[in-house]
Amino acid sequence: MATHSVEGHFGHQTASGHLTVPPESKEPYAADVLAQLHADAEQVVARYPQKRSALLPLLHLVQSVDGYITGRGIDFCAEVLDLTRAEVSGVATFYTQYKRHPNGEYTVGVCTNTLCAIMGGDQIWESVSEHLGIGHDETTPDGKITLERVECNAACDYAPVVMANWEFFDNQTPESTRQLVDDLREGKPVAPTRGPSRVCSFKEVSRVLAGFHDGLADEGVGAGPASLQGLNVARQHNWTAPAGAEQVSGEHRAEATSGAMAAGRHTSQDTPANQPDELPGGKDGKDTEGEQK
Amino acid sequence: MSTTLTPILTKFWDDPQSWTLETYRANDGYKALEKALAMEPAALVEMTKDSGLRGRGGAGFPTGMKWGFLPKPDGGPRYLVVNADESEPGTCKDIPLMMAAPQFLIEGVAITSYAIGCNHAFIYLRGEVVHVYRRLLRAVEEAYAAGLLGKNILGTGFDLDVTVHAGAGAYICGEETALLDSLEGRRGQPRLKPPFPAVAGLYARPTVVNNVESIASVPPILLHGADWFSDMGTEKSQGFGIFSLSGHVKNPGQYEAPLGITLRELLDMAGGMRDPQKKLKFWTPGGSSTPLFTDAHLDVPLDFESVGAAGSMLGTRALQIFDETTCVVRAVDRWTEFYKHESCGKCTPCREGTWWLAQITNRLEHGQGSEEDVEKLLDICDNILGRSFCALGDGATSPITSSIQYFREEYIAHLTGGGCPFDRDASSLFAKDNVPA
Repeated sequence: MATHSVEGHFGHQTASGHLTVPPESKEPYAADVLAQLHADAEQVVARYPQKRSALLPLLHLVQSVDGYITGRGIDFCAEVLDLTRAEVSGVATFYTQYKRHPNGEYTVGVCTNTLCAIMGGDQIWESVSEHLGIGHDETTPDGKITLERVECNAACDYAPVVMANWEFFDNQTPESTRQLVDDLREGKPVAPTRGPSRVCSFKEVSRVLAGFHDGLADEGVGAGPASLQGLNVARQHNWTAPAGAEQVSGEHRAEATSGAMAAGRHTSQDTPANQPDELPGGKDGKDTEGEQK
Repeated sequence: MSTTLTPILTKFWDDPQSWTLETYRANDGYKALEKALAMEPAALVEMTKDSGLRGRGGAGFPTGMKWGFLPKPDGGPRYLVVNADESEPGTCKDIPLMMAAPQFLIEGVAITSYAIGCNHAFIYLRGEVVHVYRRLLRAVEEAYAAGLLGKNILGTGFDLDVTVHAGAGAYICGEETALLDSLEGRRGQPRLKPPFPAVAGLYARPTVVNNVESIASVPPILLHGADWFSDMGTEKSQGFGIFSLSGHVKNPGQYEAPLGITLRELLDMAGGMRDPQKKLKFWTPGGSSTPLFTDAHLDVPLDFESVGAAGSMLGTRALQIFDETTCVVRAVDRWTEFYKHESCGKCTPCREGTWWLAQITNRLEHGQGSEEDVEKLLDICDNILGRSFCALGDGATSPITSSIQYFREEYIAHLTGGGCPFDRDASSLFAKDNVPA
């Protein structure tokens, strides 16, 4: 691989923390690239009643071309959406998936939120970080791997979890993750646990996130083993949901008995509910309570 | 009196092509939409109210009532926005649902849109799950091709467009008004309420924001009847929900059951703790923003009322289970780091408070600081809880105050022992291999 052409451009910071971005960040796009960007952007904008809504997908689109949020990419979004560059930058810097300096071909994110960390995510992180010789949001000199600590990725039943370009690698160990990054660096095809048959590049995945199909939706499993645990237990015990008012044909449904339905009932404690605004709670905690007119 | 599981949304997840329209149709898919389109929209809102369905995204607000809050049609657009930004630590139900059976959500979106008079619905999916995004894009594409979305759906004259939108990494976008700002192409920061989204939501138009599981539950309710749904669960927490078990349990995973099931029952179904010799120490009933429970709470019915009465919240039924090998200070320190990282910066109590909390939990975990720090934590929490702009700040205080309530001596032990007294490796998955069967 011609790694020399990109070497040295990944995540370099001066001692004072200022980012050094490669010169092409502000170079104008080549005419053909720009024409394609405009054609794509037109499709993205058409999905929304108001064009500013296209900003997040357009920033993903910029990353699909440049590999990070470049100065020229910000200019492009501002021009297409009639925004100022400051408005676009303000949005781009708010979200962690938008990269402020050139990203590696693969983002490898180790979940180190509590559940995964305790199940071994901390050990995985330390092992892989040492193995690659880089820390959080840093990239290997060959431009292959950007390493990140990621927050909860909604796969806690598969902890500890590692994401590679936002595909799931379940039940990882330090060894399996070191193998993963080695394979990615060597260009070997790598398949996620739940996902398509191979991990796509950062740029390819960014294009999908901009809303452009890559045709891989039908690859991979529907559900991993943990997702099916409850279903399997129910099957073993012949437990089904109660039959509805309108009986629907189906083999499983025929077995439905009132047993499951009755068993589902509990005597309500008849205590005041914790109202959405009252107690510390989920992020939807302050819901539409009090809205009734 | 044992409760049994009720596979409904999870029923065909093991089909080798579970995500396709064909599989969904083979499992009664889109029969509910046909039924809905022959009904009056108002009757659908009533049915949802009657079913007792409460929001499955954490807050538990009655879904039908939320729909009913929309003002009378004024000829302008009205929107449905599905909150698919599942990011609450421990919560992992919507992502497998959309990966395995995305058509449940699409049919629910179509029915709900018809019920509330919406012709353009949005699904806001977090950006860090690209294969789920592919599945949703494909599901929408298949539904359009089959005439289940688009113009003149099933020949009824009802038009609906669905846009699946990927976020870009920000926990706060799960807060419904921050989500709307993000969907409008802005920084995801919460809005002042009122006006509530029902009155001025997306593009300042009447908008319903509902969680994935709430919307996916609509087709089965319509198909089988409001009574079918409300007969499950408890008197005030009706119906079924997906319970997500993770951590130190033998078989972590998704368990679909009536609300009101207990952790003891669920643990039994999940094969017990990973090591029967090691006691359950603490757990979250509904994600990291819900105050911790201990083994004293094994028999609390997991419904909104009972969990609230016991001092926590049902939240998203994200049951993160930790056995006695786990250091609670380490767990809380990491959650606190998360809230600090995800605080959007809009309001001072949360922005500054989470920063200070993380400083203190971190030094306590490492055996530094002093006993006064524990009081200082509680004092800061007191200044965040109820004083932040949105629930993120409130949530940040939950693990801290509840862990001090149940495990104050463990905080002190870090100080007297000069560091964390726990062996980190003992709580890892890899340690599982050494556990006697």
